[in-house]
Amino acid sequence: MELLKEELKNKIIEVLNLEEVVPGDIADDAPLFGEGLGLDSIDALELIVLLDKDYGIKVTDPKDGKVIFKSINALASFVAENKTK
Amino acid sequence: MRIAVTGMGIISAIGTSLEENLYHLKYGVTGITRSENLSTRHNGLLFGEVKFSNEHLARLLGLPADNNFSRTAMLGAYAAQQALENAAVKDINHSRTGLISASSVSGMDMTEKYLYDFKESAEHRKYIDSHHTGNVTHQIAGYIGVKGLVTTISTACSSSANAIMMGANLIRTGRLDRVVVGGTDALAKFTVNGFNSLMILTDGYNRPFDANRKGLNLGEGAAYLVLESETLLKKEDRPVLAYLAGYGNANDAYHQTASSETGEGAFLAMEKALALAGLEPGAISYVNAHGTATVNNDLSEARALERIFGNQMPDISSTKPFTGHTLAAAGSIEAIYSILAMKHQLVFPNLNFQTPMEEVAIQPQQTLKEKKIDFALSNSFGFGGNCSTLIFSKK
Amino acid sequence: MSKVYINAGAAISAQATFDGGFLENAVINRQDVFLPAIEPDYKAFISPVASRRMSKAVKMAIIASAQALNESGVSVPDAIITGTGAGCIIDSEKFLKAIIDNDEQFLTPTSFIQSTHNTVGAQIALGLNCKGYNFTYVNGAVSFESALLDAIMQIELQQANNVLVGGVDEMTPYFLELQQMIGHAKSDIATVGSVQSEGAGFFVLANTPTESTYAAIEDVTLYNKLSIAELPSFITGFLRKHHLEPSQIDLVVAGNNGDVFDDYYDKAAHLFRNYAITVQYKQLTGEYFTVSAFALWLASRIIKEQHIPEILKPHAVKHKAIKNVLIYNQYRGLDHSLILLKRV
Repeated sequence: MELLKEELKNKIIEVLNLEEVVPGDIADDAPLFGEGLGLDSIDALELIVLLDKDYGIKVTDPKDGKVIFKSINALASFVAENKTK
Repeated sequence: MRIAVTGMGIISAIGTSLEENLYHLKYGVTGITRSENLSTRHNGLLFGEVKFSNEHLARLLGLPADNNFSRTAMLGAYAAQQALENAAVKDINHSRTGLISASSVSGMDMTEKYLYDFKESAEHRKYIDSHHTGNVTHQIAGYIGVKGLVTTISTACSSSANAIMMGANLIRTGRLDRVVVGGTDALAKFTVNGFNSLMILTDGYNRPFDANRKGLNLGEGAAYLVLESETLLKKEDRPVLAYLAGYGNANDAYHQTASSETGEGAFLAMEKALALAGLEPGAISYVNAHGTATVNNDLSEARALERIFGNQMPDISSTKPFTGHTLAAAGSIEAIYSILAMKHQLVFPNLNFQTPMEEVAIQPQQTLKEKKIDFALSNSFGFGGNCSTLIFSKK
Repeated sequence: MSKVYINAGAAISAQATFDGGFLENAVINRQDVFLPAIEPDYKAFISPVASRRMSKAVKMAIIASAQALNESGVSVPDAIITGTGAGCIIDSEKFLKAIIDNDEQFLTPTSFIQSTHNTVGAQIALGLNCKGYNFTYVNGAVSFESALLDAIMQIELQQANNVLVGGVDEMTPYFLELQQMIGHAKSDIATVGSVQSEGAGFFVLANTPTESTYAAIEDVTLYNKLSIAELPSFITGFLRKHHLEPSQIDLVVAGNNGDVFDDYYDKAAHLFRNYAITVQYKQLTGEYFTVSAFALWLASRIIKEQHIPEILKPHAVKHKAIKNVLIYNQYRGLDHSLILLKRV
């Protein structure tokens, strides 16, 4: 799980082009959206494609992103449970 | 200075003339279907497509075989020519005439076909230059014979409403006597995939203002209006179809693509248009809403409408269930529908509506309704928070 | 109708025009067929979180507009009007290639959103929380002039007291290659076409002059297509509308770019040969659709400072007072524009 969290942090930084952010800056339980990392709804759509492309998980309703992307902890457990590749 | 509308031309999924468009609107016949002309992986989606192939359009326009018109330019030339014929303008350059056109996708329909091919062979390189938004407008100007002030507006889905405003200002400031205004956009993989990646395309038919709406159908088309100064009309004595009574543009300044929850930009645009027209909200008897049927737009627009009209809500309908969302052409297509609504004293139905939204009281008009309409208001909103309102009057 | 004043201006170009200087250190590059813009240190102006999705065009426009607003003392303008000839081609190309390369799969929306032509004006508005009028013009070489014309009308019609108006264009290697394929851009210095470049120029126009005012902007006009024979009457007709004869113009800023359409500029220069100094500037900036924004920046400063930078002087002329200035531009025989400026 720790490895997956680290992997997700790196991927988020890369995909969202978060210059000047390192994985250590993202706390596992901190909110990714709004406060915290300050991501927005466009980032959520980027992350939905990331889930599809890298883990074979299809999220069809963007509203589900609210729960899935709540924090690195939430995202890692979602990926662990649902990944198909 | 009053701005008269003396001509209208249109091509959309529900017809290639004013009459055909009116017929579909009156009898509630949608133009949303599967695509016949667009090659896309997303062929399960439904579109508001013009059923003419590119070859057919080129023949209708009488273009030479080596022409480099994109589909966008052909649709535009078709509608702009029709508008001038409708206005019965004889010698277009006898008075100072301009063209303000709008497009968002422009020549992308050809570029996306030939992007890598350009390098390999010279055959399709004629489309490199016609990719540009400005060149689409040049081609239309050349086709209809406008020599003079020609330019293009591209503010996403409010583009052609804004072209109408720019045209009106050119007449008001005495720079032009007559101006052809409107917009054109063809279906393209670029926009289909763009909107798909934003997850705002419905997998069925779009349902504006419905609680269970799931997104928009993309459409294509073009529509142009001929605007003229009253001074010119006094000399030429041609019939007036309507007047552009007021207009306004404001920015939501909230998010790059989404509308604010309070509909601030939309509210400000409608407020400005009413102020310029010198009207109280109660004077408006029909609103042709932007109503794209995305979750976000319809709630935001409904809230803005409630803020403007309070308990004097006029009849409202979105005509996008007929045409799909035609992007940069939507503003001028719906301007024409608003004028047709006034001319025939009809509120066109908002198709596919079943369940009211919980958050607001608004319910669109679901069936054709005869009604006295002296003033009609049309909204068009685009990415980048761009919010535009036009108000037309019968007299 | 209100008079319109240029109260502030800022330019980013292939020359160091963003540092406050006035082309003292400008250099003429005669080797390269593409002149990249000298970019300011974006980090000093835009936070990394805000800039992570911004292409070069958006960044250049945001910084140039911030500097112009700062100079004018206006914090939030009444209107924002932008011109861009090619739009945000970096992101358009990115999204287009992603569609083709991935067969319409795994597409993310960011580059699509950023490819929209009005994203520049929208992001400036978002940054300033400016809810005013916001238009974007995309029409080849008159994109900036169209924005300028609209800005003037907004003030004339009293819809705005002040307007932020600008032009911006960026370049990509592939877009350049396409322009070279059709002979619009030079492939090497000996071939036909013009040297290409990129840049941004933003201005604050207002209905009242301030201490920072550069000039009054009398009018702008556009014409889609003219023959060389029609050009003189286009120019004299425009001047006459403003009660001027060619003999009353002190300076002409001409857009010669070295391609075969320079005959238009020669014809225009001929009209003023006995009266005005004609300066050319594209040897410094290269050609791009909104390069007239640089021309306006240049002309405004010449009027305000009553000084023509050495590098632009055709020969060691001693000039009289520069009161009336005309900027003429066209590209490939299309999109002709005239901008008339007056000393305040």
